[in-house]
Parts: sequence; C-alpha cells; structure tokens
Amino acid sequence: MIDIRGITKTYGSGDMAFQALKGISFGIADGEFVAIMGPSGSGKSTLMHILGCLDTPTSGSYRLDERDVSALSDDELAEIRKDKIGFVFQSFNLLPRTTVLRNVMLPLVYAGVGGDERSARAARALHAAGMQESHFTHRSNELSGGQVQRVAIARALVNEPSLILADEPTGNLDTRTGEVVLGTFQKLNEEHGSTIVLITHEPDVAEHAKRIIHLRDGRIVSDDASHAQRRAAL
Amino acid sequence: MTFKDLLHETYAALSGNKVRSGLTMLGIVIGISSVIAMVAIGQGAQSSIQSNIQSLGSNLLQVTPGASRNAGGFGVSSGRGSAHTLTLDDAGAIGSQVQGVAAVAPEASGRYQIAAKGTNTNTSVVGVTAAYASVRNVQIDTGSFISDQNDSSGAKVAVLGPTVVTDLFGDSAVPSDAVGQTIRINQLEFKVIGVTAAKGGSGFSNQDDMVYVPLTSAQRYLSGGKYVTAINVQATDAGSMAQAQSDITSLLLGRHHISDPTQADFSVLNQNDLISTVSSVTQTFTLLLAAIAGISLVVGGIGIMNMMLTTVTERTREIGLRKAIGATERDIIRQFLAEAVALTLIGGIIGVAIGVALSYGVTALGIVETSVSLPSVLLAFGVSALIGIVFGWYPARRAARMNPIEALRYE
Repeated sequence: MIDIRGITKTYGSGDMAFQALKGISFGIADGEFVAIMGPSGSGKSTLMHILGCLDTPTSGSYRLDERDVSALSDDELAEIRKDKIGFVFQSFNLLPRTTVLRNVMLPLVYAGVGGDERSARAARALHAAGMQESHFTHRSNELSGGQVQRVAIARALVNEPSLILADEPTGNLDTRTGEVVLGTFQKLNEEHGSTIVLITHEPDVAEHAKRIIHLRDGRIVSDDASHAQRRAAL
Repeated sequence: MTFKDLLHETYAALSGNKVRSGLTMLGIVIGISSVIAMVAIGQGAQSSIQSNIQSLGSNLLQVTPGASRNAGGFGVSSGRGSAHTLTLDDAGAIGSQVQGVAAVAPEASGRYQIAAKGTNTNTSVVGVTAAYASVRNVQIDTGSFISDQNDSSGAKVAVLGPTVVTDLFGDSAVPSDAVGQTIRINQLEFKVIGVTAAKGGSGFSNQDDMVYVPLTSAQRYLSGGKYVTAINVQATDAGSMAQAQSDITSLLLGRHHISDPTQADFSVLNQNDLISTVSSVTQTFTLLLAAIAGISLVVGGIGIMNMMLTTVTERTREIGLRKAIGATERDIIRQFLAEAVALTLIGGIIGVAIGVALSYGVTALGIVETSVSLPSVLLAFGVSALIGIVFGWYPARRAARMNPIEALRYE
C-alpha cells in the first residue's frame, strides 16, 4: 500500500545544503501498525511530512495506493490528504470553542460529505476512538488531554483514510493517559484494520506497534517486526 | 465546502471575538452611514434650492431695466435696475410679437411705509396685473388676487403676504382677520381683498413679505410714472426659453433703438440658467461631502485588513490543520474572504440604517429636507462588499499560501 524507494530530502542548496533523508526504502502493507523511531535530527519528522503528503521528496519515489505521489502540486497533495490520510498531532490541533462533533466533522466539510451522513460518520468515528456520546456536544476546551487526543484520533478516522499518521501523539500527555491513547490505536488496528504509522522518539511508545523502523541521521538502521512476536509470546 | 458551511465557519470566527469584530465593523459603519447621510443632505439641499427657485414661477424669464446713465455722457451709473427704461408698451410688445410666450406680467415695485391700526411696517409693494399670479406662481390663501378689473379701474385694493399680515395685525392674526381691513400705503388707504399662501423665504427676497396692488394704481398713486420695474415672462415650455430670451432681447433692443447689444438698457434673466448654476454648485458640494465620507470608508477598509492580518497570524496553526486535512488554497481563501466580506456587509447594513436614520433626523429637525436615494444605498452596499474583497484579499491569500508544515509548527 505504501511503497517508498530511495527517498532523499535536501534542504537548502550549495554549501548550505542539508540532506535530512539519505535514501530510504520500505513498504507498509494494509493493516500494519508501524512505529518510526529515532532521536531528534534523525529525519523522522521529514519522513512523516513526506508520508503525509505535506511535502514532496527531493528524489526517489513514493507510491500510495498504487499512485505515484512524489511529484504532485500543492492542490493535488491536498486532495490526497483529504481522501487517504488522517493526522494525529502531538499538540492535538482541535479548533478551540468548537464542539467535539464539529471538530470531527471538519475533514468531511472539505470532502463535500452532506449534513446527515456527516454527523453519522463523525459519531461512528468518535465511538471507535472511545469517546462517549455525552461528550459530543462539549467544546474542545472543556475536555481533558486524553479526551482531546481521542477526539483528534476520531477526526483522523472519520474520512476512512488509507493511512493514519500519528506524530508523537502522547508527547503532551502523562504516562497513564498516553497508555489509554496508545491502547486506542492498538484497538483501531486490531478491530478495524486501520493502517497506522506512529512517529515517536520514546521506545516505550514504539513498543505498542507491531513493527519498528529505526532511523538515524537520515538512514534506516533497523526494521524489525521481531518484537511483535516477542510480545505475542508474552 | 458548501455555502452553509462557509456561513457557519464565518459566524464562528467572527463571534469568537465579538469586541474586535464589532470595533472593526464600526469603521465601515461610520464610513457608510456618513456617505449616505452626506449625500442625502447634499441632494436634499439641492432639491430644496431648486424648488425654491421654481416657486418663483415655472419657465420664467424676467426682464429688468439696466443701469441708468446720466444724459451728460460721463457714464455715471446709478446701478442696474435703476433705469426707467421699461414700459407697459414693451410688455405688450413682448406678449404680441415674441413666439413661445405664454403670459406676460409686468410689475412696478417699490418699498413703502404701510400702516394699519397704529402698527406699521416697511415692505415691498408690487403693482401687478392679474396675470402675475399664474406667472409667478402666487397662490391665494383667503379672498382673491388682483383682477384685471381692479387694474383697469385703478382700484385702491391690496393683497397681502402672510408675513405682512402678522406684522400689521399681530403674530396671532390669521389671514381672514386681514381681509376687509383698510391699510395705508404711503398715506393712501387701500382695502385688503386677499392674502397669499405662504411660500417660504428664498434667499434674500422673502416671497411672503409682499403687498400686491393693481399695476395702474401703483403707477398712479405710488411710483408716479408709466414705467415698470420688471417684466415677468412665462414661456410656453422649458424648451422655448432660450429662443424666447434671445427674441425678447432683440425686440427690446429694436424698440429702445440700441444697436450695440453690450449697451443694452435692460437684461433678461433666464430661470433655467439660475437653476443650473445653483445645481452645479450644490452638486460640487455634495461631491465634496461624499469624498470626505469616502475617506473614512477607506480608513475603515484598512481597519478590516489590519484585523484580518492579525486573525490570520493568530490562526496559523488552525490554517495548518485545515490544510493538513485536505483544504485547498481556494478553500482557505474563500474562508478568510468570507469573514472580511461578512464584516463589511454587516457594517454596510448597519451603516445604511444609521445613515437613513440620520437623514430622517436632519429632516425632522427641519435643518434641510433630505432625500435618501435608492442608488446611493445600493452603491453603499456595493462599495462595502467591494472593500471587504479588496482589503480581505491580501490577508486571505497570505493564509492560503502558508506552508502547512510551518503553519502546524507555529507557536
């Protein structure tokens, strides 16, 4: 489903040029739960931006659902993001003073989904993300951190994307709340078959995924699913 | 994104910071309301001046004597209108020989002391014929106007203006109190047979402060000559006025044996010239007022732009999010443009309401009869929407062009 070959990304030019990604190749199949790990400066954010179609690679190819998306225009990328990708951010990025339901419906507004179907799908996504019906009409600033992140997950789900990209989703949460949110991701992956890519620098967080890709200085240093078997054996 | 969604987003954004939205809107409200009020006042002043001039009579030409020069030939002038060069025969000739003349009403006027029952006043006494009433648009309130019979018999009768009635018979006197009374003009007794309806003052000549007597009586008892001080000519229609004016000029030049038109001992005033002169003055004035108000509109527009730029900066992360979940540049432009246009349109509606209210207020206070015209209201709406688009465009485009990655990272 995701097929990345020889991706590089260079910022700046000439003597000032900085190569953030130095040729990365991997594939992700439908229904995988992958963590991309690495210290800061390893290029994981850059990789996430490219995977999320927020940016394009300097060279190499990126095929998402059989379509080459490595050289599209801004508006074409926006279309891809709308149809195929759901984002969960470290800082949640919910609209303030707006109800939970309305926040989750936002991607459907841009996708041109009609009114009735909109609220039905938003409610379904909220249920899937573990939110209770009674919270649907609350404003986003009236929720706890864990609830806010689950609303953000519901927002990422609502469009039934091919790929959910979570960028340090537990970075602003305490450990216990973080566990709940990560549990939500696992549940989505196992019960709904959602494809999830989790970007993090914390090994504890990455452990929740079935496969971990380690990045360092713009290169993949390890890509193993062995810990999943290890976990399954426990 | 449907129109309903757009409205919803716009409402949410503007109501999110009501004070700021309100203050920004205030700039547009002040601009639009002052444009509407200023134009209404200007147009009101123009139409009130025009109707004042028209109340003097319609399609009116007025022949007045020129300056008298003394016979010695040194050219000492006594001033325009002082010459005794116009006669009743001139008036008759105009009536019978000039095309396009509907009526001719000569007059002989002067200022005299007028007394009644111990009070007295000094005012214009105008000797007129019966035709004067229709030519100069004089309406009778009570009694009757000077008739041709009064004129031919040289009757000592008088018709008073409403101001004269109150001057002579007290502030509370009504027109019917005066009719039948006897007044003394220049020590001679005249019987009051009518009172004219009030016209209101126009400029320096108060049309209500007049006493009308038969022309023959004025010449016989008051001015003591066969001269007239003015000949009022009513043209058949507005189109024939210019022709009638030049025909009258050449007829009188011939009758007065003057070959050089610059030496004419009379002048012919055309009412239309007066109206167009006054109109152009008031139009310039209206334009000036509207321009000043227009400046405040531009200032209001800059206020909108300022607020929108602040909003775009404040909502950088929101813009980043919207782009991340699939909003195109067009979606973002539309959203921010809608906010700016909503501000100016709502401001425009409130501004029109206040402007109309101000205009009615000015009318109600009796300062000037204003008229709010539909075109100026439509123009105000158009301009306010346009200001929203013009001043909202730059901030909206700035928002749309943001890089989603940087926007999401913005602190």
